[in-house]
Amino acid sequence: MEWRKLLLLVAILALAQLAQAQSTKYGVGRTPTPEEIRAWDISIGPDGKELPPGHGTAAEGAKLFREKQCVVCHGSTGSGGPAPTLIKSDGTKKSKYPCLVPCVDDALVMSLHAQYATTMWDYINRAMPLNKQGTLKPDEVYSLVAFLLFKNGVIAENQVLDPETLPRVKMPNRDHAALAPEWKHAAPRLQGYP
Amino acid sequence: MKIKSSGRRKFLKNSAAIIGAAAAGIRPAGAENPPPEMDMPDLEALISYGQRSSFVKSHRVSVMERMSPDEFGMTFHVLSPIQDSVGIITPSSLHYISTHRGSYVPNIDPQEHRLMIHGMVDRPLIFSVDEIKRFPFVTRPLFLECLGNRAKASHKTVQETHGLTSCSEWTGVPLSILLNEAGVQSGAAFIVAEGAESVKGATSIPIGKAMDDCLVAYGQNGEALRPQQGFPIRLLVPGFEGMHNVKYLRRIKLVEKDYMTYNDYGHIVPDARVAALTRQIGPKSVITFPSGEQKLPGPGLYEITGLAWSGSAAIRNVEISTDGGQSWKLAELRTPSYSMAHTRFAFPWTWDGKECVIMSRCTDELGTRQPTRAESAKFFGKPDNADFRAPGADNTVFPWRIAADGSVQNGMA
Repeated sequence: MEWRKLLLLVAILALAQLAQAQSTKYGVGRTPTPEEIRAWDISIGPDGKELPPGHGTAAEGAKLFREKQCVVCHGSTGSGGPAPTLIKSDGTKKSKYPCLVPCVDDALVMSLHAQYATTMWDYINRAMPLNKQGTLKPDEVYSLVAFLLFKNGVIAENQVLDPETLPRVKMPNRDHAALAPEWKHAAPRLQGYP
Repeated sequence: MKIKSSGRRKFLKNSAAIIGAAAAGIRPAGAENPPPEMDMPDLEALISYGQRSSFVKSHRVSVMERMSPDEFGMTFHVLSPIQDSVGIITPSSLHYISTHRGSYVPNIDPQEHRLMIHGMVDRPLIFSVDEIKRFPFVTRPLFLECLGNRAKASHKTVQETHGLTSCSEWTGVPLSILLNEAGVQSGAAFIVAEGAESVKGATSIPIGKAMDDCLVAYGQNGEALRPQQGFPIRLLVPGFEGMHNVKYLRRIKLVEKDYMTYNDYGHIVPDARVAALTRQIGPKSVITFPSGEQKLPGPGLYEITGLAWSGSAAIRNVEISTDGGQSWKLAELRTPSYSMAHTRFAFPWTWDGKECVIMSRCTDELGTRQPTRAESAKFFGKPDNADFRAPGADNTVFPWRIAADGSVQNGMA
């Protein structure tokens, strides 16, 4: 009988330890409601699974590009303004504005350099327009992304972007970007360098 | 009550000359008798939060390419005056500033601010700032450096060549404690950290790093964070380029892959080696005295001094060359060498009055040595000429040229 009691004790202890591992350790903070998480969560990953319902086209985007005052900072042709270049220029005009650091010029235009169109949707939605962040409706964001992708020659003028089609846009730089190797504790940033 | 009040009055009178001259720059000390009390500035204000001497002028400047604040009132990159630095702690008011592509510095009410942790966790959680302070804290010095901290031949001072780095004593809660409280699910490979400023700057960080040594910091150099450094809370990602150290931290989402935010896309490169050199900093060092636009009054004994740091470990040693890199001698480390913090080095040196080129190079505790531009060029198979741009976060050895008249200039020029 003694060994059974011991076994029971061991089992109880193991269960208790398991329960403790699964419960919060400090019990500080509260659980947000699903509505709170939805309201806060503006991250759009490369799969586009967080994209909200909606759709947009380049034609709509062209109108919004003027109406939403994008031209004031980005230039009427999407280049040459004080803010990052959005539409690759023909290279004949030099901007009078010094480029931001880091400099988003023709070489780094988002439509051409980003691996995923979701990066554009995410950023326009979270950070534009200046001083009116968070006011764009999903349809407007889809349209602005479509406009910029069309003007940079990535998609056709009539392509409709929505939660299904936007993540599938084949971005020119998709296969030309390399991720850093897996990060490891106390390892040199690049073995063998210099 | 009467005694107390007259005691205070006497104190004010006796202190008036000292406080008045030192703190407010009213007139040089000793120039006049203390003025009558009625003419005094708000002494309570002077006492409640100290100011530096009116004779000390060290100050930050905007990067040349873009003024801060700009025509829209946004802040971009602001350089720390490291030519004037002593020790390893950058005063909070002189810390370099960098924002996510230009944004306004927000004035956040800490009572209203929240941090949400969600995504691939067992229990999403929301914390107030006061709740975060209930968790176990750590205090440690850490440097920050912007990826844009790259010396150019046109730069004149060390503030211009290397001023986008600073070092503070930070206090905060290890991020791993907060993530464990939420319960990290298997398959979570990255965190997306996001700030509360107008552009909601966000960045992806590998989960291994997030669980290793990141901090959610609320303290900087013995007080609350400064708004320009992320008040009320910020993320610290030791040794990673500045961009990852998200200020005004409001949300952390655990995800299965790199989320390629705007900030992440700006850094993508076709070469994985460059990606690795972009993500993490150093080892790197620079001489802050004698440095650009300073002048040695004549031959004789000087202390060459500067800062060394590595994004992977503590600094093991620093070497100095006074002959343009032909020979190297060990410098002395004059502060403890903390992991991923600035370390102050010095090298007593007698200048013979002849033109020379001085430079420093450091080695960290992993045995990685700061490369010269030639070594970096060779590694990447590029010609070592004026056009060569060291890939990733530039940590190459930087030279100062001392002319026969004692004036110091950028040795790249």
